[in-house]
Amino acid sequence: MTPQTNEIVGRGNKEGASLFRDWFNGLNETAKRGEGAAYVFVMGSFNEILKSFDMPVVFPEINSLQLAVRRAAGDYLNEAEDYGYSPDICGYVKADIAVQLRGGDHPMGQIPKPAMTVLTNACNTYLKWGEAWERMYEMPMVTIDVPGTRMAGGQTWEGNQDFANDRSYVKKQIEELIVVCEQVTGKKFDIDKLRDVMGHTNTVSRCWKELMDLNMSRPSVFNALTDGTIYLGVANGLRGDKAGADYFERLVEEMKYKAANGIGTLTEEEFRLIFVGVPCYPIFRRFNELFSEWKGTYVHSTYLWFASGGSNTGYQYDLSNPLDSLAEGTLISVRDAMDSMFHHDRVVEDMCKDFAIDGVVYHPIKSCRTVSTGLADGRRAFTERVGIPSLFIESDMMDQRVVAEAQMKNRADAFFEGLINRRLVETGANH
Amino acid sequence: MAYAAGVDVGSTQTKAVIINEDREIIARALIDTGANVVAAAENAYKLAIESESLLEEEVEWVIGTGYGRYKVTFGNDQVTEISCHGRGAVHMFPDVRTVVDMGGQDTKAIHVNADGEIDDFCMNDKCAAGTGRFLGAAAAALEIPLDDLGDTALKSEKGVSISTTCTVFAESEVLAWLGKGKRVQDILWGVHQSIAKRSMGLMRRVGINGEVAFTGGVTRNSAMVKSLEDAVGQKLHISGDSHYMGALGAALFAMDHIESSREPHTQEVQS
Repeated sequence: MTPQTNEIVGRGNKEGASLFRDWFNGLNETAKRGEGAAYVFVMGSFNEILKSFDMPVVFPEINSLQLAVRRAAGDYLNEAEDYGYSPDICGYVKADIAVQLRGGDHPMGQIPKPAMTVLTNACNTYLKWGEAWERMYEMPMVTIDVPGTRMAGGQTWEGNQDFANDRSYVKKQIEELIVVCEQVTGKKFDIDKLRDVMGHTNTVSRCWKELMDLNMSRPSVFNALTDGTIYLGVANGLRGDKAGADYFERLVEEMKYKAANGIGTLTEEEFRLIFVGVPCYPIFRRFNELFSEWKGTYVHSTYLWFASGGSNTGYQYDLSNPLDSLAEGTLISVRDAMDSMFHHDRVVEDMCKDFAIDGVVYHPIKSCRTVSTGLADGRRAFTERVGIPSLFIESDMMDQRVVAEAQMKNRADAFFEGLINRRLVETGANH
Repeated sequence: MAYAAGVDVGSTQTKAVIINEDREIIARALIDTGANVVAAAENAYKLAIESESLLEEEVEWVIGTGYGRYKVTFGNDQVTEISCHGRGAVHMFPDVRTVVDMGGQDTKAIHVNADGEIDDFCMNDKCAAGTGRFLGAAAAALEIPLDDLGDTALKSEKGVSISTTCTVFAESEVLAWLGKGKRVQDILWGVHQSIAKRSMGLMRRVGINGEVAFTGGVTRNSAMVKSLEDAVGQKLHISGDSHYMGALGAALFAMDHIESSREPHTQEVQS
């Protein structure tokens, strides 16, 4: 490797991990000072508004998945279940409830209490989750109702009256959110500060889109499952921050370098895969190995779509008209995230064409019916239309009790045996 | 004459099959897996070899399959039982395109092409409902030997409805039906129908187009065959060797390897 290669390749993961750590350190300091934070969610975080008020943001979904990755989730889930939560509900919620019961105790530091909560209707559980905090802390909860796509392929855009109505509806709610932020922080809303924050978000969104497209390279320049999750952490937590914007510009620079020099991921790439669903965090690395051992690399995922906080659309805010533009960007990105649950087959089909995909892995999860319910039907529709092999492998994003590694490996092995046979047939090597 | 072997280490039983170059089964062995998986694989293989007085060196390639495939320590390679059951079934029944394999801890629906290659597959979830273990639980609750389950169930005139999808709860449901005075054969027939319905769900997910083969240890249960045939609406392909289908598929893959490794040599001789 040349000195330049040594310097540039891999820095995105290192810098991402470092920024992520800094973010949590900041939250820890906030908690130690006895100050609160804004609790938000990945599908419609409103970081732009909150950061224009200098409010630290907490993503409980990210806190929870971190518990699973660190193999600490079991105790938290048990604690929430002992408290009365059902084993059948969202593992993210239960882990967070236990974090709250423990006064914010988390392996990455102390999580500050919520001073307010902002959520959207992108996930039906968000609402119940927010209500739990509302009861615990008696703080304000702002629910932004974002209209979704009325039917498959039926998104409306500029020039359509429905779109204009939906945008106005979201804008009005954002104005209400601003009032609550002023009350909570005691600060006056500063539209120029909002412009600055939105400018940084624009950079992240532009880079995110570019980053995804760069993975069309062969070999792929990053693993959408493992590396991609690092990028997601920064894209959400540092959305609207200069540090986040700078990170993504440097990340794109790294990936361009890798693409130009034919440098792939750390594992050999024979089969290019798409991941559909939420990752299996309890055995995060091992899950990926089930595929990398067969030289399978995840080059894209629907997770990088719906969990990117809206960055995936590449939407660029109009800084001369920030509130209208924020409303429009929110409308587009949140309904897009909702579409990922209900109309994912079309997007996966497009990904297959653009990314030269050999196989698609569907990963429904036990504790989130919202993202999992349509996967079986979506897979069937996709298979009938596209004919690319797919694997249906179920586990959970939090709960190791429903992760059966031996059975998952068996399915993954059989999937690759099929892929190998298919390739042999295509190349005529077995005849 | 070269021989190839397949050793299928399942959760309940371990099967070994040896085939000749004509791809005919010349030896087979079946033993309980027990707690020592490595020993089970070795013992089954040894029994198969000894049954035909073969020498170990005459078997040129051995493939392990089943959940314990990586415990076939003397084997040369591993292939999943999903691929092996598909391969074995199409070898035995060339027109089959859907295979349902019912084993001790899982049930698989496999869609195959004419070469026995897997187009798609689907398995029961992480519980044992709809598997051989489900039958075992019912047999235990009713205190009937496993081998008598099928014949007893076929005496039923009107099966009860077993609605639970949990093997453990099924036992309670069976006992509840007994408490209501239902006859044992009617309860058992309900259990078989319940499993057949779940298996149908799996088959529908991979698609049923063409003939269907039933493989695995539960093929020996006549009531399971009938209830599945009722559910599928067609006669199922079953052979006396259906229990060995995974091991047979593994042996066929092993013979493929033997033949393909000879090909370059043949070409060299010809040139």
